[in-house]
Amino acid sequence: MNKNGAAERENSTWQPKIVAFLCNWCSYAGADLAGVSRLKYPANVRIIRVPCSSRVNPQFILRAFQRGADGVLVAGCHPGDCHYVTGNYFTRRRLMLFKRLLEFTGFAPERLKVRWVSAAEGGRFAETIKEMVEELRDLGPNRVMREEK
Amino acid sequence: MPRIGVFVCWCGSNIGGVLDCPAIAKEAASFPGVVFSTDYKYMCSDPGQNLIIEAIREHRLDRVVVASCSPRLHEETFRQVLRRAGLNPYFLEMANLREHCSWVHPHEQEAAQRKAVDIVRRAVAKAARLTPLSPGRIPVTKRCLIIGGGIAGIQAALDVADAGFEVVLVEREPTIGGNMVKLDKTFPTLDCSACINTPKMVAVAQHPRVKLYTYAQVEEVSGYIGNFKVRIRQKAKYVDHSKCTGCGTCWARCPVSVKDEFNLGLGERSAIYIPFPQAVPNKPVIDAAHCRQLTKGKCGVCAKVCPAKAVDYNQQDEIIEVDVGAIVVATGYGLFPWEKVYGEYGYGRYPDVISGMAFERLVNAAGPTGGKIQRPSDGKEPKTVVFIQCVGSRDEAKGKAYCSRICCMYTAKHAHQVLEKIPGARVYVFYIDVRTFGKGYEEFYRRVMEEGAVYIRGRVSKVFQEGSKLIVKGADTLLGEQVEIAADMVVLATGVTPAEGAHDLARMIGIPVDKDGFFQEAHPKLRPVETHTGGVFLAGACQGPKDIPDTVAQASGAAAKVCALLFKDELETNPMVSRVNEALCTGCLACQKVCPYRAIQEAVITERIPGQPPRERIVARVNEGLCQGCGACAVTCRAGAIDLKGFTNDQLLAEVDALCL
Repeated sequence: MNKNGAAERENSTWQPKIVAFLCNWCSYAGADLAGVSRLKYPANVRIIRVPCSSRVNPQFILRAFQRGADGVLVAGCHPGDCHYVTGNYFTRRRLMLFKRLLEFTGFAPERLKVRWVSAAEGGRFAETIKEMVEELRDLGPNRVMREEK
Repeated sequence: MPRIGVFVCWCGSNIGGVLDCPAIAKEAASFPGVVFSTDYKYMCSDPGQNLIIEAIREHRLDRVVVASCSPRLHEETFRQVLRRAGLNPYFLEMANLREHCSWVHPHEQEAAQRKAVDIVRRAVAKAARLTPLSPGRIPVTKRCLIIGGGIAGIQAALDVADAGFEVVLVEREPTIGGNMVKLDKTFPTLDCSACINTPKMVAVAQHPRVKLYTYAQVEEVSGYIGNFKVRIRQKAKYVDHSKCTGCGTCWARCPVSVKDEFNLGLGERSAIYIPFPQAVPNKPVIDAAHCRQLTKGKCGVCAKVCPAKAVDYNQQDEIIEVDVGAIVVATGYGLFPWEKVYGEYGYGRYPDVISGMAFERLVNAAGPTGGKIQRPSDGKEPKTVVFIQCVGSRDEAKGKAYCSRICCMYTAKHAHQVLEKIPGARVYVFYIDVRTFGKGYEEFYRRVMEEGAVYIRGRVSKVFQEGSKLIVKGADTLLGEQVEIAADMVVLATGVTPAEGAHDLARMIGIPVDKDGFFQEAHPKLRPVETHTGGVFLAGACQGPKDIPDTVAQASGAAAKVCALLFKDELETNPMVSRVNEALCTGCLACQKVCPYRAIQEAVITERIPGQPPRERIVARVNEGLCQGCGACAVTCRAGAIDLKGFTNDQLLAEVDALCL
């Protein structure tokens, strides 16, 4: 079955798909806390654990968009709090540039979010996902970068 | 092709109540590489663990996916299960069905079920690409460096040395003892600070396993847990302590007189001096900035009168290098510099407005006044004393947002001392809140109020001199009235700040500081004495404002952590570290610049190409002892020569693909 076609035909049932790269020390723990606190958020997010947000190569984000993700979240420790001292500063700079590149190529840069979520911010994680889902619903399915399968 | 087993846990009803676990297991059986798949009520329980071990043996599994809770909770548990089954423990991948699915999506079961299957698919995709990892082993140097010789450093040094390990204790002042030895009495028991501190100072200095360096500073720290290299600068004392007997002839005869920093400028000392009579070591140093012989080349009195011929004006700074396995940072605190900020309290212009520490010296029997409370301006006994709390603490506009924790209690103690020593004295305390959190503290505070200390809730707006009196204007917010008091002396409860130079030391060792400049602990509740740098521990007020009991408790805690580390002959290293493919590495060393641990070194390799002479080439090389596995280098490498074990490009891309089906 051609899933893309199905999604476009049935726009009312289309659900945005989000891939989230979460750093092990802050944001993954923040997502865990959201769970422990039983905070409800939409089930559209799929989480990949990375040691540090600076491990996220823009290549991974591109691959997610190519394979059909509608949004990508990269989350790490707050600047200054990085478990690896300075990792998230590199993330911040690298992904800011990458976002501009996405924009330049005509791809909606809002589909990529970079957020700082500490291990104590379960609520912030849940809110981030809610916000992203709403924004992506407005943007619609990602068609620009998706590879034809 | 790997043989993957998937084990779906119900976690009782935590997962099983929302998700259809048997259906997940059934679907997982169809994922590439999966040869066995099952579900069970409690996978982490003993029968659950045995179920995994039996399945590994029966189905010859070589990769295991456990779909249960967060890996932050049970990854280590299940790694041990794999080890018991004879598999490499790093052949495990966990799928977080509980925290990331059933607990957060109980209201949309269908979507949650789809998500759960995706989560397991991701884990299977990663599991298929796992490689066996084995931790390296590094030896441990059984010696500990302690930076700071206050009560925290002393306690930690004694505990570690008593456990049988060598300790190197470095103090930058000419004596150990820190801030505590400047205090007169300690709250709430009113026992004399010197009486409990000086015996410990002597004990640590005489301990056979403690090497004490006073008047010395740590200049460089390199290496990693178990294997630090430390450079210590022993500042020139200009006195040979191996000859000196501490007889005191030299400082009695020295013609120089300068303000005495130990007494906060309330007294004077000579240029060759010991900070106070009970100093440890009880031998003098020469203050090079003020010594006439060293600055002008003429004097030499101390050398002439020294019966032991111990004075040596030609002594130079010495560099000492020492290997240690662990480091305890115990640099203590400084006090908020109110003279620079608080204009309304006179910016330090009025001699009778003093800090709490200066009051300690005034009231101390070993202090400049022999324990008599006297006004610095005219030496008269003050009859009315006003104390102002939270000077620099809980004052975001001028000072720091945090509570300094000790000021309420030391002010109560000072109030008591004034009332005790000066008959008929009147004591007023301006406060915001009184925080008496410790054992016996509230009782002490009540006692001081019963003794006659008047507590006024409100801020002081202005202090100014009128004749010989200090007029203190403030508000009593409980009565809603303006208050004006003509005081003889004003004592400010100046807040606690990190010790001077703490930030430079943090940078040198590579530990983070918090927003206020205190050293950051690894976890505020569960790892309060550890830092995020392996092998570096914290003790005392360098981590945050602390009173003496808490400081001593934390110092002993740090010592226990040090001993646990030093008792090991070898340490296992985290195998999830970066690796450089030297064939691809161009030697640009961009990775070196992003590495926060200085774990990437330049190496020269020799390439042999048939028919050509051998050629030398620069490559990057990862020191696995230093690497903490963040992976920043892997992303920075333009040649794609670096990968992170356990989180390889191949594995992460497979996870992305599995989730985006």
